Amino acid sequence: MRKYWVLQRKSFSFLIDKKTTVSIIALTFAAVAAMLISIGVGDMYIAPWDVFNALIGTGLDINQLIITEFRLPRVLVAFIAGASLALSGAILQGIIRNPLASPDMIGITGGAGFAAVAFLTMFSDDSNNLLLSINYLPLFAFGGATIVAFLIYALAWKDGVTPIRLILIGIGLMALLQALTTLMMLMGPIYRASQATIWLTGTVYGTSWNEVKALLPWFIGLIPILVLLVRRLNIQGFGDDLTKGAGISVHRERFLLLMVCTALAGSAVAFAGAMGFVGLIGPHIARRISGSSFGGLFPASALIGGIMVVLADLAGRTLFSPLEVPAGVFTAAIGAPYFIYLLFKNQ
Amino acid sequence: MNGILYGNKTKTAGLIIGIMIALIIMVMSVVLGYTNTSLKQAIEAYTAFNGSNEHLIIQLSRVPRSLVGMAVGISLGIAGVLMQALTRNPIASPDIFGVNAGAGFFIVFGVTFLGISSIQQFMWIGFLGAAVAAGLAYALGSAGQGGLTPVKLTLAGAVMAALFASLTQGMLVTNEKALDEVLFWLAGSVEGRKLSMLAAVLPALVIAWVISILLSRQLNAFALGEDVAISLGQKTVVFKLAAALMVIILAGGSVAIAGPISFIGIVVPHFARYLVGNDHRWIVPYSAIIGGIMLVVADIGARYIIMPEEAPVGVVTALIGTPFFIYIVRKGIFQK
Repeated sequence: MRKYWVLQRKSFSFLIDKKTTVSIIALTFAAVAAMLISIGVGDMYIAPWDVFNALIGTGLDINQLIITEFRLPRVLVAFIAGASLALSGAILQGIIRNPLASPDMIGITGGAGFAAVAFLTMFSDDSNNLLLSINYLPLFAFGGATIVAFLIYALAWKDGVTPIRLILIGIGLMALLQALTTLMMLMGPIYRASQATIWLTGTVYGTSWNEVKALLPWFIGLIPILVLLVRRLNIQGFGDDLTKGAGISVHRERFLLLMVCTALAGSAVAFAGAMGFVGLIGPHIARRISGSSFGGLFPASALIGGIMVVLADLAGRTLFSPLEVPAGVFTAAIGAPYFIYLLFKNQ
Repeated sequence: MNGILYGNKTKTAGLIIGIMIALIIMVMSVVLGYTNTSLKQAIEAYTAFNGSNEHLIIQLSRVPRSLVGMAVGISLGIAGVLMQALTRNPIASPDIFGVNAGAGFFIVFGVTFLGISSIQQFMWIGFLGAAVAAGLAYALGSAGQGGLTPVKLTLAGAVMAALFASLTQGMLVTNEKALDEVLFWLAGSVEGRKLSMLAAVLPALVIAWVISILLSRQLNAFALGEDVAISLGQKTVVFKLAAALMVIILAGGSVAIAGPISFIGIVVPHFARYLVGNDHRWIVPYSAIIGGIMLVVADIGARYIIMPEEAPVGVVTALIGTPFFIYIVRKGIFQK
């Protein structure tokens, strides 16, 4: 029995690894299970089977209301945001060719964070009222991420952009953005500062169908682009010279990939805050499950990232109830030590 | 590489001029600010104290702050030199490598969960945090294929910085009161520090300054490469541990008193090398003076940028430091 299925057309070709395919199917089941459990657990417990019934429209009315109005959108946003962040990290690790890279490390998330905090402080008056609708916040966050990505790219440009320069410039800008974010928080009223801290930590508290509707198109729109870029990203892994040899314009590809990475991270951060470590760890775990070919890595990363945030949100809602802990606390607190463990184990 | 100052006499003269500039800057730091005072008032505050507002501000706020700024600047400057020499990495520094963030996290943790409040406790837990973060970054940077490389170490350091920053953030979210108290300190500030706080940390810092200067000959040998250093009879393991310990004391102590202040550690050694070349016997003292001057100047600037309120000095050092950092990176320090 061969190890791969081959899928070939004129403009693209895929080798589909059988083992990877099986693990991705397993991950999909795990993701669905995590979401069903998360939808069921809360102030009012609803069993997974009742959740399923409610979702297909045959459950009790009260369950239906709680689930479709409150819990489902929240879980969906958590999943999509986690999946986007992990995908974004997987792309970045591919561009930089280093498994330590992630959008939070090079300031893309930091740019979103700064813009969001600036929005919260600049547009609120002395009595803590926002002068502009809170609905504009994602727009600002997204803009911040994009501007920083362009800035990193422009500053790293010197007869082309090398991965190392890209990340070093990113790290430098990140430090600056953190300082500026703190400055903004100090300039605003303290209530805004605590609100900003929660946002910077990452939370999906209070999301509704509006957020789902705003976030989903980004995610769905970017997937086909990724599918087309997969093979080229695999080639980029061999180094600049070989990529050029394969007839690929390295810099154009790199720019395009960086933009996709920014769009994914930016949209996720815009709706779920600066959820830490998902972009770093998601692809890491995925690589252990599916190998390092991006064809398997992307779906696996997305699923793991999604599961991570869904579970982090679940933990945040329930563990310290009635206190609501932002999901980002858990992604960082659990993700970071796990990441260190992974690296030591690989040594 | 030769610096722009040649010869030992010129370099000594430069050092003396540097110390004089440092003193002048410190006096300016005492006099300038939202409440402008005069040199005469500054002297009178100590010779003929009359309890006036100006005299109180000078004694309780300006003078301590000027001294704290100088001590922290000197420490961060030296810590930066040691780290850059140890790792042969021109952007090594306590902030980029997560050492400051580690100390910061441990201190916030101590404040939130262990109820620590004295500067001594801050200092010790700061040392611990600095050591943990430095150790983790080093271990992480040397994990995997190819061992320790400058790029991997930088990334590992950035991971540590991000890790501790987000953990700190997480703690602050659950404790709004702590946020109010800790926010300003977290951005890096020398405002509102008492002389007693400096006095608690200063002995440790001064010892570390002296030992660092004594280590500077060894730094020269080490800079030639580890093999060369060994063949010159250097016990490199002992040397590396000693230098790392100094970094931890300098960075941990600085964070305890002023919070994690960024970019001084990166930028200052480059200025020093530009002035005196590659001899660490000169780079270390020059970095100390330049670090002190830079931090005190940044602190004076911090009083003016969002007047009448004050910005944390860490914001100002980041504003000055980032363009310079980008310049260093663009100059092509890493071959690949």
